[in-house]
Amino acid sequence: MFTGLSERLAESFKKLQGRGLLSEENIQQALRDVRVALLEADVALPVVRQFLEQVKERALGREVVKSLTPDQAFIKIVNDELVALMGGQSEGLNLTGDSPSVVLVAGLQGAGKTTTVGKLARWLMQTQGLRVMLSSGDIYRPAAIEQLRLLAEQVGAGFYQADTGSSPVAIAQAAVEAAQRNQADVLLFDSAGRLHVDDAMMGEIKQLHAVLKPTETLFVVDSMTGQDAANTAKAFDVALPLSGVVLTKMDGDARGGAALSVRQITGKPIKFFGTGEKLDALEVFHPDRIVSRILGMGDVVSLVEKVERTVDHEQAEKLARKVKRGKGFDLDDFRQQIGMLNSMGGLGSMMKMLPGMPNVGAEASAAGAREMRRIEAIINSMTAAERHKPEIIKGSRKRRIASGSGTQVQDVNRLLKQFIQMQKMMKKAGKRGGMAGLMRGMGGKLPPGARF
Amino acid sequence: MTEKSPGLFGRLKAGLGRTRAKLGGSLATLIVGRKAIDAELIEELEALLLGADIGIEATGVLIGDLESRLSRNALRDGDAVYAALREGMLGILQGGETTLELPSRGKPNLIMLVGVNGAGKTTTAGKLARQLQDQGRSVMLAAADTFRAAAVEQLQSWGERNRIPVIAQHSGADPAAVVFDAMSAAAARGLDVVIADTSGRLHTQGNLMAELTKIARVARKADPEAPAECLLVLDAGVGQNGLAQAEQFGQAVGLTGVVLTKLDGTARGGVIFAIRKKLDLPVKYIGVGESIDDLRPFDPEAFVDALLSGEA
Repeated sequence: MFTGLSERLAESFKKLQGRGLLSEENIQQALRDVRVALLEADVALPVVRQFLEQVKERALGREVVKSLTPDQAFIKIVNDELVALMGGQSEGLNLTGDSPSVVLVAGLQGAGKTTTVGKLARWLMQTQGLRVMLSSGDIYRPAAIEQLRLLAEQVGAGFYQADTGSSPVAIAQAAVEAAQRNQADVLLFDSAGRLHVDDAMMGEIKQLHAVLKPTETLFVVDSMTGQDAANTAKAFDVALPLSGVVLTKMDGDARGGAALSVRQITGKPIKFFGTGEKLDALEVFHPDRIVSRILGMGDVVSLVEKVERTVDHEQAEKLARKVKRGKGFDLDDFRQQIGMLNSMGGLGSMMKMLPGMPNVGAEASAAGAREMRRIEAIINSMTAAERHKPEIIKGSRKRRIASGSGTQVQDVNRLLKQFIQMQKMMKKAGKRGGMAGLMRGMGGKLPPGARF
Repeated sequence: MTEKSPGLFGRLKAGLGRTRAKLGGSLATLIVGRKAIDAELIEELEALLLGADIGIEATGVLIGDLESRLSRNALRDGDAVYAALREGMLGILQGGETTLELPSRGKPNLIMLVGVNGAGKTTTAGKLARQLQDQGRSVMLAAADTFRAAAVEQLQSWGERNRIPVIAQHSGADPAAVVFDAMSAAAARGLDVVIADTSGRLHTQGNLMAELTKIARVARKADPEAPAECLLVLDAGVGQNGLAQAEQFGQAVGLTGVVLTKLDGTARGGVIFAIRKKLDLPVKYIGVGESIDDLRPFDPEAFVDALLSGEA
């Protein structure tokens, strides 16, 4: 996410390098580049204008004079302004007041409201240990209520099923009572998707808000949204006292300018973002980290969290011990590592989070992924004995492995050579041991075909 | 669901915006009848195009063309600027096959609807089925979204409304098998058209894109010509990412056109200019509202006029 923007800004800043001073003139060029980058990232035009004004003001002010080099100063200004724009630390949900606290979600059709409610329910139950009840006022879209009921079942939350024919407002009223009866801590109320220009429907959501008296009113917005994010955010913000924003579909490659637009226009914090279709694909939003990523500074914290969440600890420990001993690391372990890397979203998604490597294009990471698959295929075509003792692989075994994996003998040779190098490196890394050693091992295992 | 304020494409829906004389919004006051053509006007036009999601590149081409004409003094007043811009935009969108290719050949034609999550595929499937029925076609729906909770029920309720059969399997079933079954069933019943509603998927999800390729491959076992149409359903609110979507879905299944949905809000769907320019993919339908008739054949002139009549 956001990689396009970070690439673009990196380029802008490259052009600035080597110049003596930040003059009005060379700032103009950089500002134009930033403008193009932001527009390509779908940041709404008024927001872009305002942002550039702020950056320009800062850049031409006294802060530049004291700084180390002009390009560093400019990067810092853009970074600081973006951080300021995205807001402070994420705040979680406000669930104070009488039980049950009510969370109302609203947004356009197809933004991802229902899925978000399912994910929020899971998050509240698992991380906060709360009793959660779900209900839906979407009587318009066929099977919308059924969809939420199924999600409630999947996460094990309570569900209030209204009688057919009830109005959304009546459902809301009854859902609050049902949540009280069931002693739920939180009621999550899903509303129908609606257009901000639909007066009747906007009136309805206001009524829902009045009946539910939610402590959180979340605006759900698709991160792929373009310029229109500004219009819709404004209209929903006027109609409802929004308390926060949820950005969905962040696992795509949209540059996510909508995040900036919505934040700037509503002034409300982005609280969560959705990163996939599964119910655990919801993350607490970290503005500073996202900005680091926009600017190509890497997101090591997210990377470490991802590793911790995905890697099977027992497996990792076992590998780490082998690495520490500096021997016994065989091609089976190598294959396991590839598997781990893949389960973390593959090489490309890892590289994006590493500092100093913001410019890995989609093509390069796709090439990396292909190479990974090839390596896996080659290892899969070996016998257990060969995996354990690769040194026994000679001419005729190589030919068999190559034809078994649909590769050439040269590919097998390359893999074996790479593996020997890796073993050596493992021994070195192993002296430092533990998870750090393993991480280093992963970094060292870049496939031969991928040039980074 | 009544009493909508007109909205941008409300005009389109109401059949307005056909002629320049009927233009509302700021562009009319901006240009029409204006004597002096200056840099400020050009900048405002640029803002209007960018604000409609037309994107930096296509906007650059359109504005560059205006500027070069201006420098040749080929545009004398606001009316001429408007006409030139309109012409430039139509030049991108016009031409190409904008109707569905569904020959009567004694075999069901497969229409696949693909797109990212929440674009409006299922709703489009329901509306499209009804329209084809109204044109005298016999239609079957295939519930190839076996992933999302209640997606099958959603399509089934469209089937009930339209009184047409829906082929569905259990949740988690192989979507390729669902489509194959539907094509066989439609052939056995002598039906004309099978509309396959596929799961929403982000174009960056390699496995799910491969699944789409597989659906098309398996469908070709039932009919070597399938799919007759493969339409990308695109939310008009989408920004520049729409182009990446069109590219990736095109690579996976070979698209024949675009359905641009949710034009009844303030979103203008300008990314279709980039899609047309880069991929030569025509828009075939637009969605301008919730009722069945609000799925309309794409009319480039009406579209451009409605787009230009919006707020800058």
